Formats: sequence, structure tokens, C-alpha cells
Amino acid sequence: MKKVICLLAFSLISFGIMAQGIYITRTGQVSFYSETPIENIEGINNEVTSMINADTGEIVFAILVKGFHFEKALMEEHFNENYMESGKIPKSTFQGKIKDLSKVDFKKEGNYPVSVEGDLTIHGVKKAVTAMGTLTVKKEGISVLSSFDIQLEDFEIEIPSLVADKIAKEISIKVNCAYKPKS
Amino acid sequence: MKTLKILILIFFTCLPSLAQEDLMSLLEEEMKDDKKPDFTIATFKTTRIIQGHSVENVAPGVLDFRISHRFGYLNSGAYELFGLDQATMRLGLDYGLTKRWMIGIGRSTFQKQFDGFTKYKILRQATNGSPVTLSAVGSIMYKSLKFENPGIDNYQTSNLFYSGQLLLGRKFSEGLSLQVMPTMIHYNLVRGANDPNDVFSIGFGGRIKLSHRMSFNAEYYYQLPNHRLPDTTNSIAFGLDIETGGHVFQINITNSDGMTERSFISETTGNFFKGDIRPGFTISRVFTIKKPKGFSAEK
Repeated sequence: MKKVICLLAFSLISFGIMAQGIYITRTGQVSFYSETPIENIEGINNEVTSMINADTGEIVFAILVKGFHFEKALMEEHFNENYMESGKIPKSTFQGKIKDLSKVDFKKEGNYPVSVEGDLTIHGVKKAVTAMGTLTVKKEGISVLSSFDIQLEDFEIEIPSLVADKIAKEISIKVNCAYKPKS
Repeated sequence: MKTLKILILIFFTCLPSLAQEDLMSLLEEEMKDDKKPDFTIATFKTTRIIQGHSVENVAPGVLDFRISHRFGYLNSGAYELFGLDQATMRLGLDYGLTKRWMIGIGRSTFQKQFDGFTKYKILRQATNGSPVTLSAVGSIMYKSLKFENPGIDNYQTSNLFYSGQLLLGRKFSEGLSLQVMPTMIHYNLVRGANDPNDVFSIGFGGRIKLSHRMSFNAEYYYQLPNHRLPDTTNSIAFGLDIETGGHVFQINITNSDGMTERSFISETTGNFFKGDIRPGFTISRVFTIKKPKGFSAEK
């Protein structure tokens, strides 16, 4: 009898771990901003898929390049056709870890400053990045806010000299995602 | 012992889910269920392949100002500076109403012609969707040249021409797009008693991308025998699209005179292979008239 209880308890624990701890969003927002004296360019993507594993601190993003929208249709076309080559490389990803996971209590509502470290893959080029952000635990789930800068040349995105003064070399990226527990 | 075995078994069954080493593959699986159609973009660089319409539309809220020039025949000799002394032009304004619907107007110096058109995308090529893009174009042309014989009864309606086209296009790869265009052109008045009022033709067009910012285009309209005007030839055109930031330059050579459907498809008289070749170019400049909401980047 004892053994059976032990067995049950064990399997329950394992199942618990299986289901718990994973949060997901399909409507996360990632935007970027390029600022130059001549022109500012903003791209917004509201269909970002992302997951967080609260147990391990893993955090992943998958972003469809075509999901970025712009104020001017021509910017969007150039972004896809000339710079990001979305026909060939449709996705950008991030795969990382929350470094200071021990400071976050997923059971207690509040704001937790966190730092995330991982690999950002844009235009097929992988690069290690570190970003500071805020993780907010709420009743309905968790949300993540972060912003960081990247260099275009790190990702082998070529800007022809003709438009070089319209596109910033350093692009700021903003992340704003609200997650719900994955069922 | 038996219990231990079961325990180990359970442990191992649970292990794969416990060891969520790769959250990314879980995410990718999640995205696979998403069967939203992924619409193909940039089948052609602009709304025209060379002279005729492509399956591309102007984006909603965007105005496209097009200036087209056509010079004289290259074989007209040094006296005419190989055609450069004669030029006809068309000024056009196109506007995108919705993602699928655009309209446009134009004025050609050739026969002082006004034209207007409407183009609608019926099908859009997409991964998880239609394999082709299908558009319908209807245009109306009005020749405002003074009547040749003002003494006789002339009707304004005899200066009107109509054209209807279906555009069936597909982007086969990043580099190659092809299009077929069944076309009908209606003449209210024709010269000869035996000339058809309805001219039928099938157009073929395509582009090969040479680089991110340059493509080679070709366009040919085959007129069906017995449904064409006498002494006309089929329109042939080759062109280069060159993109420079906000402009697209289209440089081309063709055997046609005018730049509207009625004039280049059914009234071309030049023989391309005997040197009746007109060089020409089009400059397209887009302006965003109606800005989408939610952007702060405005200056």
C-alpha cells in the first residue's frame, strides 16, 4: 500500500512539473526603431509567438519577418525584399535564459527586474545578446517589457550607400509581451 | 522489485517532458498549427510589367505618380537623333483604395488621350492558399483629338475605347515571376467596314530578378488572327526595373506607340525585328497619402 501511494505521489509530482511553469503568447509585440536626422523608421509586429518556462528560466521568441508593418508601404517592401530577405529567411528567433530567475517569485504579483541572455538570430545570423527588462507577475499571467539595441552590420544586413543616411546603424528593439499559462 | 521497475519506467516516461531542454521546438510546434495564409509579396516591382498591368497593386492610401516617355524609332536615323527628337508621354496618377482595389487616371500626348482604370485582386497567391494571383482590370480611354472631318456628323462616343483584362500571375521563386493576360479591347468605331470592333489578344509577361534592386522584364501581346485590326503587329517590350529608394525607374524598348491598352496592344504598327524600336522610360514615385495608425515615427 505504501508503495502504491509512493508511486502515485511520484507520478503526480512528475505530471505537475510537466504542465506547470510554461507561459505562452501568440500576440506579443516586438517593434524596432531607426532614427536618423532625415527619416525615422518604425516597424511593429503584433503577432509574435513566445514562451517562458518559469521553472528553468528559458525564454524563446519566434517572429515572422513579414509580420512587421510600417507607416509607409514602400518601407515594408524594402524591409522584406532588400534588407531582411523574408522570402528566403522568413523567421527571426531568440533563444535565451533569465539570468536572475531566483529573484522572481512566479506566485507573487509584482514587478521583477531581470536580465536575459541568449542567442538572437536575425537574417540567418546568430549573435549573443544580453537585455535588461521587467517581468511582471499578474493574476492572469506574466508580462515582459524590454528594450535593447543591435547593430545592423552584426546581422549582415547590407545598406547601400544611397540610403545610408536614412537608416541608422544602431537599431533599438522593444519587446512587450503578455503571457498566459500554457494549457 | 516490481514496484521499482514501474517507478523507473514512469520516471523515464516523464523524463522527456521534464527535460524541456528545447523550448524552441515546443514553440515551433505551436506555430505549425497556425494555418494563416502567408501572402506572397513583390511578384513584380511595380503595378506595370512594362506597358501593361502586372498583378501588383499600389498599397492602400498610397498615391503613385508615373511619368512615362516613349521616343521615336531607333532606325529613324541621325537626323532624328535616332528617335530622341520625337517623344510622347503619359502622366498618370494611381491610388490604392484597399489591399485589393486600386484606381488610376492618365493623360497621353499620343492622340490627346485621357484614360482611367480600375484593378481588383480576386485571388492572392499565398503559402497555405491560392497558387496564383488573379486580377481583373477594366479601363476606358477617350481620344480628345479634334475630328478629322468636322463637316460630317461626328459622335463623341466614337472616341471611346474600352479594355478588359484578366491577369493571372505567379511568383515561382524569388527570382522568377510569370504572368498571362487574356485581353479584350472594344472599339466603338473602327475605320474599315470589315474591321472587328472587338480585338482579342493574350499577353505573356515575366520578370527575372538580377539583384535586390534590379530586374529584367519582358512582355508580349499575341493578337488572335481574325480578331485584330489590319496592318498591326504584336506588341513586344523588354525592360529593366531599377529601384532607387523612393523611385522606380523602368527603362524599356518596344515597337509600340502609345501607352494605354488600346494603343499598344491593338494599334502597334512597328516591326520590332526590322529596327522599329522605341526606347522609353517610366519614373514611378509613391507618396503615402493616408497613413496607417499606431506609428510614432512621424517627423
